[in-house]
Amino acid sequence: MMQWESGNDDQSYQLYTSIYFWGLQLGIPCMTIGILACGAYIPRRRLQRAAIHAANGWFAGGLKGLARGERAIAGWDEDSITMAVEAARASLRDFDRAAIGSVALASTTLPFADRSNAGVVKEALNLADATGAFDLAGSRRAATTGLNQALAAAAGGASAQLLVAADMRKSRPGSEAEMTSGDAAAALIVGDGEAIATLVGAHSVTIDFVDHVRESGADFDYGWEGRWIRDEGYGAMVATALADGLAKIGVDAAAIDRFIVPITAKGVAEGLARRLGISAEAVADRLADSVGDSGAAHPILLLASALEAAGPGERILLVGFGQGVDILIFETTDAIADGQRRRSVAATLADRVEDMNYLRWLFHRGLYDLERGMRAELDQKQPGTTLWRNRKAVLGLVGGRCTQTGTVQFPKSEISVNPNNPAAHTQEDYPLADRRARVVTYTADALAYSPDPPGYYGVIDFDGGGRMTVEFADVVADDVEVGREMRMVFRIKAFDAQRGFVKYFWKAVPVRTGEAG
Amino acid sequence: MARGIKDKVAILGMGCARFGERWADDAETLMVEAYEEAIADAGIETSEIDAAWLSVAFDAINIGPSGIPLATALRLRNIGVTKVENYCASGTEAFRGAVYAVASGAADIALALGVEKLKDTGYGGLPVRSRGTTFDMVGVTGSAPGNFAQLASAYRAAHGVGKADLKRAMAHVSVKSHANGAKNPKAHLRKPIDMDTVLNAPMIAEPLGLYDCCGVSDGAACAIVTTPEIARAFGKRDPVTVKALQISASNGWEAQQGGGWNGSYFHTTRIAAAKAYEEAGITRPREQISLMEVHDCFSVTELVTMEDLHISREGQGWKDVLDGLFDADGAIPCQIDGGLKCFGHPIGASGLRMIYENYLQLLGRAGPRQRTSLPSLALSHNLGGMPSQNVSAVAIIGTHDA
Repeated sequence: MMQWESGNDDQSYQLYTSIYFWGLQLGIPCMTIGILACGAYIPRRRLQRAAIHAANGWFAGGLKGLARGERAIAGWDEDSITMAVEAARASLRDFDRAAIGSVALASTTLPFADRSNAGVVKEALNLADATGAFDLAGSRRAATTGLNQALAAAAGGASAQLLVAADMRKSRPGSEAEMTSGDAAAALIVGDGEAIATLVGAHSVTIDFVDHVRESGADFDYGWEGRWIRDEGYGAMVATALADGLAKIGVDAAAIDRFIVPITAKGVAEGLARRLGISAEAVADRLADSVGDSGAAHPILLLASALEAAGPGERILLVGFGQGVDILIFETTDAIADGQRRRSVAATLADRVEDMNYLRWLFHRGLYDLERGMRAELDQKQPGTTLWRNRKAVLGLVGGRCTQTGTVQFPKSEISVNPNNPAAHTQEDYPLADRRARVVTYTADALAYSPDPPGYYGVIDFDGGGRMTVEFADVVADDVEVGREMRMVFRIKAFDAQRGFVKYFWKAVPVRTGEAG
Repeated sequence: MARGIKDKVAILGMGCARFGERWADDAETLMVEAYEEAIADAGIETSEIDAAWLSVAFDAINIGPSGIPLATALRLRNIGVTKVENYCASGTEAFRGAVYAVASGAADIALALGVEKLKDTGYGGLPVRSRGTTFDMVGVTGSAPGNFAQLASAYRAAHGVGKADLKRAMAHVSVKSHANGAKNPKAHLRKPIDMDTVLNAPMIAEPLGLYDCCGVSDGAACAIVTTPEIARAFGKRDPVTVKALQISASNGWEAQQGGGWNGSYFHTTRIAAAKAYEEAGITRPREQISLMEVHDCFSVTELVTMEDLHISREGQGWKDVLDGLFDADGAIPCQIDGGLKCFGHPIGASGLRMIYENYLQLLGRAGPRQRTSLPSLALSHNLGGMPSQNVSAVAIIGTHDA
């Protein structure tokens, strides 16, 4: 864990703000260090907590009080990497990808212990090979600490960092965590540019407070008594860090416009605000009843949500909690009005479908061992060589475009598919991931093995050329037809359980009305 | 176009094993069963066979990847035996090998045998298998019904046909084939079915229900071919000859070029059929073709194939189906033996099984299902792959004067 207590940082802040105000006065675009863009991704299915209680209430009747609202649940084909990719894509929508210098992925549920998870995100985003990538892990504070570091790196002259946080935490059926957790991802781009928010100051403390723990390789958290966490964790540790941080940074508690405490337990944020003198109106919604606690992603998700709602000149206080506390205070800039056009959090929050099928979710998390049948026995062995040499096509959905005829195709080939001019060796890279497409043919297959039957798939044509046969995701009956507009999402294609490998590829999902760009 | 092989090759004899769930029999037994009928029909000795082709698709659960299982099962006399696979068109591919060998003069007598033991997989439908390491990263490993069901959505969109109308036409295809199969002792499924049964069956892959799908079975079929001259020397006064044999393979256009193929038909079948008609000298297929055995892996496949073979006009095939044009007593019967629908589809065998029925019908040897007016030109269509990427084979055989 890094400490952010050196006095230089406050001086740096003053330097940047003065440059910022100079820019305003001169009427030129302001280049400031801070958060340049944000994005979020929340899986579409929202499991009703009442469904969990209906199944487990006979055993865990004490959780009845938590059986309100809904929690976001990732599909069988999602994990922290795929969710991170979608959040990152949302943040990059109006951003030049060539300007990204590094990718950081913060999560306590990284799929790989020794394969750069951020590296997979980098490939999926089709970023240049000359991009740094690193994973931030080990604590639900990973992302706030990472954000602190990213801002410091930017202040030191580093090029823009894409910081993504994602978590898909497994929980035992009948546990409190099952009720309160949610799956989500959020992304920030941090660097020098037209910042929508700049750092006012930061403060960190690290204390080995084991409110919950998960051993490496284990599936589930082991948690200690909630009353102790409330009193000594939130009531003492967080409150003290807040008081110290505000004093050190030199911001009056009453001047905080948005107070983000990513702790979904009822009343905790309100209690802290009261105690510190932060106004009750400043307390940000924790999305407890709509998403659930998304672990390491939660502070970033709530920050992105706050940035979407905030006007210029607002002070946002972000708390990170996990074996210590991170405090970051931001101030929004005039550029925030532009940044809000996308409203990625609001859009992904609204793109929801209520789900009462608790057993399906357990099956998708590997907690309910349904008979899959022999058709599920297809060996999914992935040769390392073929993935490596096809990584742009497989992970980045990069097709080819014939430089002679303009014919677009997927995948690339030595000789163009165009029957009128099958030119040889003329293909250039042509990314397809962000192109809309339309359904040419489709079916709902109840015979082939799918963890979420029936498996929808079909042929799609991309706007601007190119065609592929592809699986559909997030489809419901009556919402797919020839001509239906689709967009591409990064998902899990298959698991090789025998050798411990996840195969990723792209799928098509229907574009729904009101969806962000 | 090349001169083609019209009337250069005659069928000396054919045989077909009983198709079905042959739990007690190995591929060897099925091969020998088809072969014994064929060689008896041909009236020759094993030693007179100069070359052989074996078609098998699923070698992993069958008999291995070489020609040796055929050579061993039939105790061929150390002749060249080639194993071929071209998806579900493998049977016609083996036939092509044998026919081309005779047409070239390289062999006087050649044999083609197709066999498949599908009922050793442990489940219905085709075995789920890899299609190569690159495909497995980016392709869709759907079921066969799922791949072919997509024809229906595209056909509806292309021709403005309602869901219910198309479903009924598809159901008619299956009802007709079951009526035919019920008369065939070698068919696997021999029970007539009615429209309601088909329409109300469980959904397999939208909009294909259970009865829109062909059966799955074990089987084998065999052809022995030679020149018309040698056939006459063996006492075949009016031998059935090969009029055309065309195979067309997708090159990726349907699957990869946006805005081209609309998903509602088989690009390859249209090409193979046009070439076959030219090779056979057929200019008006709807009037000249007496009967057809087509690749009815699914009802919708048969329906669109009527158009791709240039029998029905584009967008009108579903009406011809409902009008009974392809019923056993219609103008151009299709699947008069019951088709894949009732025989099931042991991959390597199917193409040869189709030619076997056409051969019997041309010779008036089809028993209770014999077409009363003796056919003169019979077409078989054998398809492998999926609508967007496939191998389509068209074989036309006929009486020598046709």
